[in-house]
Amino acid sequence: MTHPTWQAGVYAALKAARVTQIGYVPDAGHAHLIEAAHADPDMQAVVLTTEEEGIALAAGAWLGGQRAALIMQSSGVGNCINMLSLPLNCRMPFFTLVTMRGEWGEFNPWQVPMGAATPGVLKEAGVHVRRADRPEDAPEMVAASAALAFDSQIPVAVLFSQRLIGAKVFVK
Amino acid sequence: MTLPNEGTLDRREVVATLLRDPGDLLVVSGLGAATYDVGATGDRPTNFYLWGAMGGAAMIGLGIALAQPRRRVLVITGDGEMLMGIGSIATLAAQAPANLAVAVLDNTRFGETGSQRSHTGLGTDLAAVAAACGWHQTATALDMAEVELLRDRLRRESLFAVIRISPEEKPRFLPPRDGAYLADRFRRALGVADG
Repeated sequence: MTHPTWQAGVYAALKAARVTQIGYVPDAGHAHLIEAAHADPDMQAVVLTTEEEGIALAAGAWLGGQRAALIMQSSGVGNCINMLSLPLNCRMPFFTLVTMRGEWGEFNPWQVPMGAATPGVLKEAGVHVRRADRPEDAPEMVAASAALAFDSQIPVAVLFSQRLIGAKVFVK
Repeated sequence: MTLPNEGTLDRREVVATLLRDPGDLLVVSGLGAATYDVGATGDRPTNFYLWGAMGGAAMIGLGIALAQPRRRVLVITGDGEMLMGIGSIATLAAQAPANLAVAVLDNTRFGETGSQRSHTGLGTDLAAVAAACGWHQTATALDMAEVELLRDRLRRESLFAVIRISPEEKPRFLPPRDGAYLADRFRRALGVADG
């Protein structure tokens, strides 16, 4: 699989933000980030059974003096809601990169309900939501959003639109 | 009625034994009675008490353990909290940090909500679950002599331990519950507050 350069830029932005733990539930749109994390001796890549584990992992990382990010697809956002009380109550940063499903050219109807609900659900749960629609904007969006999360100690999600992912990765 | 897996140990005595002379042990407690038990042994800035985030205690322990490889981390939680985060037993096993251990206080009930039977009271053996998930060191303690041995092993090994406690409820001991305060003082105690 070849990876577009914007994904390398996103990984570089996480490194520049001093993220050293990445929890993930895989998504094809995040494949490059996951491979890069495993290949990086200075990154702890933690495969999760369900996405809310990544919120608790990030809380532990912060307690221990490190920064973490959660990588998931929009279907996983629904699994996270109650656990989001953890960073909010503890005034901890939380940073997640979400690949969107159920929008641009989706072929699987089962992805549509959670995809459509994702931005609203995150906002209702107290997460600041940003969106990257164009490849040239994605690394900068990640860098700025990571700064917001870690410097202001608030929960921030960056949604990678399915048009961005699909146009680059799901080519048959 | 005695349930399968029901134990007899006094939970406060168990936790007081596990945390005797805590040294520089970092402790995460799962919501409910485990948090009260840990608080009752003496409030310390390196105790991180959960009052919510059910199912997250073990994963918080993992994040701390990965960030602080030279410190020992002990997660103390109940069977209900561990069951909600049952997948995290596999996630921890996959990482297997040498400095992290988990102690489950198993009373076979959801004690906070009216002592309804939990899955452990219906036959689930969490130590066997952990072994099947890939934990190399697992243990089940039925008496205080075994708890004494666990006290040392939990500070030395990557160990998943189940301690069969009595379902008897104890007076509530309420440690601080302001999460921002708990997190900030924990980070200050580790010297990482400016990270």
